[in-house]
Amino acid sequence: MSVIKSDVMQVRTEQDIVHVRQAVRKMTQELAFSLVDQTKMVTAASELARNTATYGGGGTLRWEMLADGGKKGLRLTFEDHGPGIPDLSLAMTDGWTSGGGLGMGLTGAKRLVNEFEIESKVGEGTRVTIARWK
Amino acid sequence: MDRIPILRMGEFLLVTIQVDMHDRLALALQDDLTSRIEKTGAKGVLIDISALEMVDSFIGRMIANISGMSRILDAHTVLVGMQPAVAITLVELGLTLEGVRTALDVERGMRMLRSSISETEGNVVGHQE
Amino acid sequence: MAKASRTAGILKKYEKELLAEWLAELKAGGSGAGSRVSDSDLQTQTKEFLTLLVGGSQHGNVGELDRAEWAPVREFLEGLSRTRVEQGFSSDQTATFIFSFKKPLFARVRKELAADPDAVVEETWAITELLDKLGLHTIKAFQKTREDVIGRQQEELLELSTPVVKLWEGVLALPMIGTLDSARTQVVMESLLQRIVDTGSEIAIIDITGVPTVDTLVAQHLLKTVTAIRLMGADCIISGVRPQIAQTIVHLGVDLQGVTTKANLADALALALKRSGFTVTKAKA
Repeated sequence: MSVIKSDVMQVRTEQDIVHVRQAVRKMTQELAFSLVDQTKMVTAASELARNTATYGGGGTLRWEMLADGGKKGLRLTFEDHGPGIPDLSLAMTDGWTSGGGLGMGLTGAKRLVNEFEIESKVGEGTRVTIARWK
Repeated sequence: MDRIPILRMGEFLLVTIQVDMHDRLALALQDDLTSRIEKTGAKGVLIDISALEMVDSFIGRMIANISGMSRILDAHTVLVGMQPAVAITLVELGLTLEGVRTALDVERGMRMLRSSISETEGNVVGHQE
Repeated sequence: MAKASRTAGILKKYEKELLAEWLAELKAGGSGAGSRVSDSDLQTQTKEFLTLLVGGSQHGNVGELDRAEWAPVREFLEGLSRTRVEQGFSSDQTATFIFSFKKPLFARVRKELAADPDAVVEETWAITELLDKLGLHTIKAFQKTREDVIGRQQEELLELSTPVVKLWEGVLALPMIGTLDSARTQVVMESLLQRIVDTGSEIAIIDITGVPTVDTLVAQHLLKTVTAIRLMGADCIISGVRPQIAQTIVHLGVDLQGVTTKANLADALALALKRSGFTVTKAKA
């Protein structure tokens, strides 16, 4: 598997969330994802970007266009150095909500993608990686 | 800061969301709508999302909020023009938009509003008798 | 490593002879008369390949296919593979196009450079490398085209087997036939939703009479489809629910959430018309 293209974006303000959506839309179009798969990826990115910006106190998105054999894919890694999530397993159950409305974001995003990984440490931050393949 | 325009169509209010909304814009819309409903005494609100290519949980919550608040202000809300890709994604997300009525387009939405308004008024009249 | 290649010179000098000998090889191998490629086509293709080969080898890098000067040759071979696939050739028949060029070319090289045996070995080796790589490239392109064709055919089959039909003004029907797998159900779901939007139909009837078994995954997909339809502002009726399927759905614990189900398409249509405000009356005899 190889990385064709990659870059990093700031995810701090509300405008950044909009930029993330637009960037992911463009990338999924470039990878010729179906319209539904594009929308799923953009929506998942919007959820996670919002988590990073509001709950995580601001962070970054590293996007990577991947190629594996003949398959093409998009991987997004959201990282912040915010408060972290105290109980990950609880956070990943439906209906859990923190003060910042984190609830739907994680579990919802997970359902929209092919690959989902999350690491979080209280006081250090959170990293969420999602990927979708064509 | 630009705001989303709210059009008045008789006793209804029509909101057409065309831009990729950032969160503050969505919240501003909520405020604007509720104050317009109060000011105009509008009985129905149509939210047209036919140009929206994505609806995430934040926007979904905003729509549900608008619907709930309007009801308290004695107005009905109908969401119209949802794109198929958006509908499929919302279902996958698990966002049900509970309590929000939907219609395929503005015309059908208005029909729906008219019938629900006349129903409510009919009930009131019945009660008084 | 740039080195003046004598191959280019030989190709140019003996173009006519080489082409004639190559064509003879191809015909002997069965690529000629009576085959699916006409003589004139074969002549055009061999000539073009030779010209492009000359163009590429002039830069001297006879062994390195990735270089820009070999792009025209690569593209030509990709196009050739594509047509060969469409004409129904096998992959080795297609690669033979290139490999059968070796014999005439080696013979020429040996004659031309007879005075310098080392040069003969060098050139022969370089040519072998080049033609082998080109042959492999052709096979790869051939396989890719084959896969693309299969993919396209699968899509067309999918569309044909689940058409969305308009039963009445504002009423669409989707008769599903055969076993439903996850991928197929999704594709079908998407096309149904799009048709609902395109036609402004408020009622969609999904008929599963032709579906032998319904497992959890299929039931969940159906449920998701219904939910999506309602989210958009239309409604859905599922028809063709046989007693066995009804049992399966209950056993699986799938909650159809107030979705109306009918035993057959006719009942579903009657209900759809009623909901749409139509009444059906029989003309007096």
